[in-house]
Amino acid sequence: MRVEILDMVLPAAEVMDEIKAGADGAVCCFDGIVRNNTRGRQTLYLDYEAYREMALAQMEGLAAEAVARFGVRDVALLHRLGRLQVGESSVLIVVASAHRGQAFEACRWLIDTLKKQVPIWKKETFVDGAVWADGEPFPAELAVEGNSRA
Amino acid sequence: MLYFGMLKDAMGSDGETMSLPDGATVELLLARHRLAETPVWRSLAVAVNREYAGRETRLHEGDEVALLPPVSGGAWVSTRPDDAAWNREDGGLR
Repeated sequence: MRVEILDMVLPAAEVMDEIKAGADGAVCCFDGIVRNNTRGRQTLYLDYEAYREMALAQMEGLAAEAVARFGVRDVALLHRLGRLQVGESSVLIVVASAHRGQAFEACRWLIDTLKKQVPIWKKETFVDGAVWADGEPFPAELAVEGNSRA
Repeated sequence: MLYFGMLKDAMGSDGETMSLPDGATVELLLARHRLAETPVWRSLAVAVNREYAGRETRLHEGDEVALLPPVSGGAWVSTRPDDAAWNREDGGLR
């Protein structure tokens, strides 16, 4: 299992190559990239920051849970921090398994859950001003107020 | 205490120390914090020693407490007060 937080370009090809093993029939990959706009407003760049030690621990937990829950063989989960330009990859999720069903499901679950739970934040700078990404409210079991909107 | 995301802007720093009686709960820390009862306060999560914590979690000497705004799932809040179109109730683009 390869779980990393990096400050440089994510080595996608290397991760994909490295993860494959003889018993795999499927390798599913999610590549999260910086879009050139949010709601029509033109993006200049994104700045990612994290509570690094906790983010890494959470990511390791999610990778292990994905294996247990979906029965996939291996997971790679990499997140990049710092300033990213439009088109660059911020997150890479690669799942290898014998069959495609679990690979797709695990991959989807990993990105959805990472976005709700892992302490990583982004600040988007537009052509006309800076905006913080607030993110979705925490799921009730994580939020200290316990009254988050659905 | 560590501050992250837009909390750093709100607090003007990335962290500070707070003194509390040993065994004080997270709830007490929140009640005593100068941002208590503000809108941003209601959306926070709290981590104690790098694990998510609840209001009843008890704190001890040397604990690392982090105040975490919602993570980057996709909804937005603008830092510009005149940006009404952005600060919509539905949180904007998912």
